[in-house]
Amino acid sequence: MKARVHVMLKTGVLDPQGEAVRHALTAMGFDKVEGVRQGKVIDLDLAEGATQADVAEMCEKLLANTVIERYEIEMV
Amino acid sequence: MRAAVIVFPGSNCDRDLAVAFGQAGFSVDMVWHKDDRLPEGVDIVGVPGGFSYGDYLRCGAIAARSPVCNAVVEHAERGGYVLGVCNGFQILTETGILPGALLRNAGLKYICRTVGLRVETADSAFTGGYGTGDVIDIPIAHHDGNYFADDDTLARLRGEDRVAFTYQDNPNGSRDDIAGILSANRRVLGMMPHPERAADPGHGGSDGTAVFRALAGVLQPA
Repeated sequence: MKARVHVMLKTGVLDPQGEAVRHALTAMGFDKVEGVRQGKVIDLDLAEGATQADVAEMCEKLLANTVIERYEIEMV
Repeated sequence: MRAAVIVFPGSNCDRDLAVAFGQAGFSVDMVWHKDDRLPEGVDIVGVPGGFSYGDYLRCGAIAARSPVCNAVVEHAERGGYVLGVCNGFQILTETGILPGALLRNAGLKYICRTVGLRVETADSAFTGGYGTGDVIDIPIAHHDGNYFADDDTLARLRGEDRVAFTYQDNPNGSRDDIAGILSANRRVLGMMPHPERAADPGHGGSDGTAVFRALAGVLQPA
């Protein structure tokens, strides 16, 4: 059993890395890019019986810093 | 007067911090991150700068969940003093002892130089050796020192006089130029600049010495 966690900076929190990627894309001639936000994907191998609630607790306590980040969980 | 300096894998300012406490008259114990308690009778805990756990996941995130950090949180909750510098400040925000978070520098560069700091409040055991409004020179050395907190938190910090230091010339994008903040009981200070790297004339400046001397003055056994 697996879960995939997406961690992104919250809207309104400056993402200088995403901004640098946007600059680079623009400089390379990709002129249709209006914004870039960079985040993380964390894949978890879970034991049988693990629930989405377990993963949510992991996100709240470690995987995301909810002061600045939001997360989404995919159970796969 | 006893200080404990926490040592994580990847800490690199632990000895500097210990020397600064020692020069101010503290006896200093180094405490390994796997210890689950602090030595008896510790007055202040120093959480040093460096790259604990290689900055994996987020700066300070793994350190904040290490066994010794539970003891540091308990110490703070009991009203104990804690000084977190640089990575130590990041760790204290990750534990929730201090509000907000430290983001990547707005200019994306690692910055290592001496900066001017304005002392925003002399009303704490850490800053009592300065006058409010004093400008001091203290080195910074960080990649993730861009202080972020939401509007309500910033208003609360200002309203409660908990902003300890601000940058004269904001190097990293920190909101409200914030370089260091105090806890609600004023006994925990987190700051990105390194007072322990300006604690000896050989450092090229000794404006940081006053932090450790002021602490020694407050914590001196009567």
